[in-house]
Parts: sequence; structure tokens; C-alpha cells
Amino acid sequence: MRPDLEIIQQWIQPGHHILDLGCGDGTLLDYLQRERGASGFGLEINPEHITTCMSRGVPVIEQNLDTQGLGNFDDGSFDTVLMTQALQAVRRPDRVLDEMLRVGRDGIVTFPNFAHWRLRWGLALSGRMPESEALPYKWYNTPNIRLCTFKDFEALCRQKGIRIKSRRVVDGQHQNSWLARLWPNLLGEIAIYRITREIEE
Amino acid sequence: MPDSLPADSVGVVAPQTLHFDTPIELACGQALDSYDLVIETYGQLNADASNAVLICHALSGHHHAAGYHSADERKPGWWDSCIGPGKPIDTNRFFVVSLNNLGGCHGSTGPNSTNPATGKPYGPDFPVVTVGDWVKSQALLADRLGIQCWAAVVGGSLGGMQALQWSLDYPERLKHSVVIASTPRLTAQNIAFNEVARQAITSDREFHDGRYYDFDVVPRRGLMLARMVGHITYLSDASMGEKFGRELRDQAYKFGYDAEFQVESYLRYQGERFSETFDANTYLLMTKALDYFDPAYDYGGDLARALAEARCEFLVLSFSTDWRFTPARSEELVNAMIAARRKVSYSEIDAPWGHDAFLIPTPRYTDIFTAYMDRVAREVGQ
Repeated sequence: MRPDLEIIQQWIQPGHHILDLGCGDGTLLDYLQRERGASGFGLEINPEHITTCMSRGVPVIEQNLDTQGLGNFDDGSFDTVLMTQALQAVRRPDRVLDEMLRVGRDGIVTFPNFAHWRLRWGLALSGRMPESEALPYKWYNTPNIRLCTFKDFEALCRQKGIRIKSRRVVDGQHQNSWLARLWPNLLGEIAIYRITREIEE
Repeated sequence: MPDSLPADSVGVVAPQTLHFDTPIELACGQALDSYDLVIETYGQLNADASNAVLICHALSGHHHAAGYHSADERKPGWWDSCIGPGKPIDTNRFFVVSLNNLGGCHGSTGPNSTNPATGKPYGPDFPVVTVGDWVKSQALLADRLGIQCWAAVVGGSLGGMQALQWSLDYPERLKHSVVIASTPRLTAQNIAFNEVARQAITSDREFHDGRYYDFDVVPRRGLMLARMVGHITYLSDASMGEKFGRELRDQAYKFGYDAEFQVESYLRYQGERFSETFDANTYLLMTKALDYFDPAYDYGGDLARALAEARCEFLVLSFSTDWRFTPARSEELVNAMIAARRKVSYSEIDAPWGHDAFLIPTPRYTDIFTAYMDRVAREVGQ
């Protein structure tokens, strides 16, 4: 299992009801259903991914976050709303965060860090839009239209009154290296945030 | 039938008639003391009878869902595109049961059957049956066939309503409910179209208050009109445009009222053919069953509360150009399932064919349907 998914599953309790925004081929939900006794739905728009979810028994709803939002989900109807590697691909990440924490008690968000040193280095040196393993696209065809850095994300959370319960930073191989922990915004490639609007216990 | 049978056809099939002697109580308060159900089956029932799939038909459907009755039959069963070896409902893995519902006109007891009390056809005396009544009779059919639990109950349109009703009325007797191009209740517009169809039939001079059998006539014009208006709602503007456009049968306008546009002659042909094979009283009854269908009714209109009874998993599919039962209607159903925390998967399939798309094997539709049913089969060890 991918190490970022390994980290996420530790935060899911048995019986939790989960919504996975941009659930991909359903790998994570499938694992959480089978191994953690969780229930829930994935939202996805990629046809191949939807087919794979159906074939492996992951409940999947074809729904576009950008055009349809989450208006069809009731307030507080999920324990956790997940969004792995999709925040940077939606049109209004700020509104998606609001909606995540309206329908769910906790949110778990992962995204690539645009301030990773290799991207900074690439831009500084070549003067071209950076590409990396986590961001393998050209500027004109990338689905990642809202790239941000860890600092940007945390500033947005502060502004919105969203509390960050925990943050894990991993490198491109999803390893949680001590260097990335030490200097996350420069050395971390992917962050896994656990967020909430609930007051600290 | 084509000269050589396609490899993915169930081949030549024969219907069978099952007689039921125990009275069945109906929603309207009446009962049928005895009745027949005509069925077809495809594939083999496995040892623990866990691989059975029930096919529920739509308004004008019947038991002949797949294969051919004989080498002379021109067209295969109505859902042959989805039922057969290697098809979404794979008869190498599933035991498929398809029936003609009560009130039908293809062999199961209906308005054109003989009423044992009078020795004449039931006609208008045949009770108006509901989707719930059909599901009840299908459960009795399952008992007869030794099927305690369906691997899946599957249907499109009015058939999808039966698949949904199954999940509420017999939650322990199905593992999956597949609801295609359907709706949790008809809209005023849907009912309005049905009413036009009924008026067309009942105002036909040959209708004789539904006792036309006694006069040896058929309200052919009324039934034809009903089918024509219905048929328009099954197609999309785009698919009609593509098929007929403004094409004329002859080169120039004739400034008269005969069928000049191709679409006119197509509708007339479809209506006429239908009126030769379908019973007018059955058409009335089927449209009423559609109008009455509303599983949320007993729960103060709260569909999610109704669905709290369900135990099975659901697949809901809609088609982008279906304006009879729009994707929004399917989404209403899906949202209620989400609110009730039922396991549901949903996809809106992009297809230009309107409501009829559920009968047409477009690649996306076939992929999804196959992927889902493949898993259903694996679950029961097939």
C-alpha cells in the first residue's frame, strides 16, 4: 500500500462513514471498507476509474465537484471527508474545503507542494514551468490548475478558522523522511493534512 | 434469426407457463384466485440457487428478453443486447429469469384472459395492479423456482421501479438492485403524457368501455395514437433529428394531411404495428401502475426513510438525453440512498438515444453494466 494511504488509514476508525472526493480507482476506499470496517462513497468523474470502482465493489457516484458541488450531501453526514491529490485540480479549493467540513466532521487532504526545492530550482534555473514526478504535466495540459505550497494552504486554513489536527510530509516516494519533517515547505513533496472545524478537545 | 446464431446469443428459447392456485391479494383490495405467469429462463441455476437474476420488463415488455423463439423469428428478445454469453448479464454465470407481469398481454393472466367467474375475458374487470403487486407475484415465482435470494433484480424504466420496490418489500431476498433509466415517482408531465395515451384509447369508438373482445373488435386507432405519443417520449430530439430530420417521403410538399415527413410515417408504422400485437386494456393498466408508483408515499414523501428498509446494494444508471426519466430523477433516488446510507453506485451515461438508450448497447453503458454484474457474479462464486 502507498505510504500516504498507510498514514491516512490510521486516522480512520472502524465503522466510520467516509466520503472520498476524487476517489480514483477506489484503492483507498476498498482498503478502508475491507480492513477498517468503514463505509461510504467515492465521487469520481474519470470513466475508467468509475468502472474499476464498480468492479471492485466500491460505491462510486459520478459527480463533478466543480459543477455539481456537494449540495446533495447533508451537513455532518460523514465522519471523514477525504481528498487525496485532487485539491489542486478543482476550480475553487477554498469552497471545496468549506464544503468538506460542512458534510464531514474531519477532512483529510493531500496535495503536492509547489515550493519543493526541486520545483523552485527548476523554475529559477530554466525559467520554465517546473515538472516533477508528482507534477508530470505541461503547463498547458495540466489538470492541476490551483497549485499551492504548504504555507499557502496553512494560511488559507488560518483565514477560514480551520484547525489543522495533524500534518505529515512525505517525499516523492511517499517516505516520511526526517529532512522533510525538519524543513517541510522546502523538502516535502506531498503533505497529508487532517483538518477540522471542531474546537480542540 | 440470422443464418448462423451469434456466439453471444442464448439461442433458441421456449417460454413456459406456471400456474398459481393460491389467491394473491392486490393493493386495490381485490384478489386473483388463480393466475398464470409466463416466463423464460436462460443459463443454469447453480447448486445453492445463488446465481439467479430477475429481469423486470417495462411498459410494453414481456418475458421474451433474449434469444429467439424459432429460426423464423426476425428479431431476438427485447433485451438481447444485454443478456447472453459474455454480455453484461452473462448467461454463462447467471441463471436469468424473465417474466410477463400480471396484467400483461403476452400469456400471463391479464385483461384479455378468461375470467373464470364469467367465462369471458376480464376486460375492464381485471384489477388495476401496482408495481408492489408485481413484486409480490415475482416473489411467489421465486418461491416456485426455489430461489430464496436473487443475486440481482434488474430493470429499466418501469422495470427499474420493480427492482427498487424489491429492495423495500423483500430486503432479504436480493443482493443487488439495478435501476436503469428509472425514477422514484412520475412527474406531473409524465402522468400527463400517460393520460393522453389513455384518453386516446378510451375515446376510440371501438373501445366499448374495455369490453371490445365481446364485439370482436380492437380499439386500434386509440392504441396506435397512445403508442405514437409514448414513442416520442422514448426518443430524444437529437436522435429523431438524426434518424429523420425533415426528410420527406417524396421530393416536394403536397399541401395535404397525409404522412409526408419520414418521421410521420415512422410513427404511424410503429403505432400500427403495436396496435396489432398489444392489448389496449393492458396498456391502460401499465400506465396506471406507472402513475401510482411512489414508494415514498407511505413515508410522508421521504424517500430516504423508505429506503432505510433496504439491505441490498444498488446500481443506478441514467442517460444524458433521457427526458422521460431525466438524470435528475435518478439523482433524486441516489441522493435518498446516500442519505439512507445505502450502498449505491451511480453513473450518468452520455448517450444520444433518449429514454430508449437503456436498450441500446453503447460502449460506456456496456462497460459499466458488465463491470458491476461481473462483481455480482464473483460474489456468488460464479
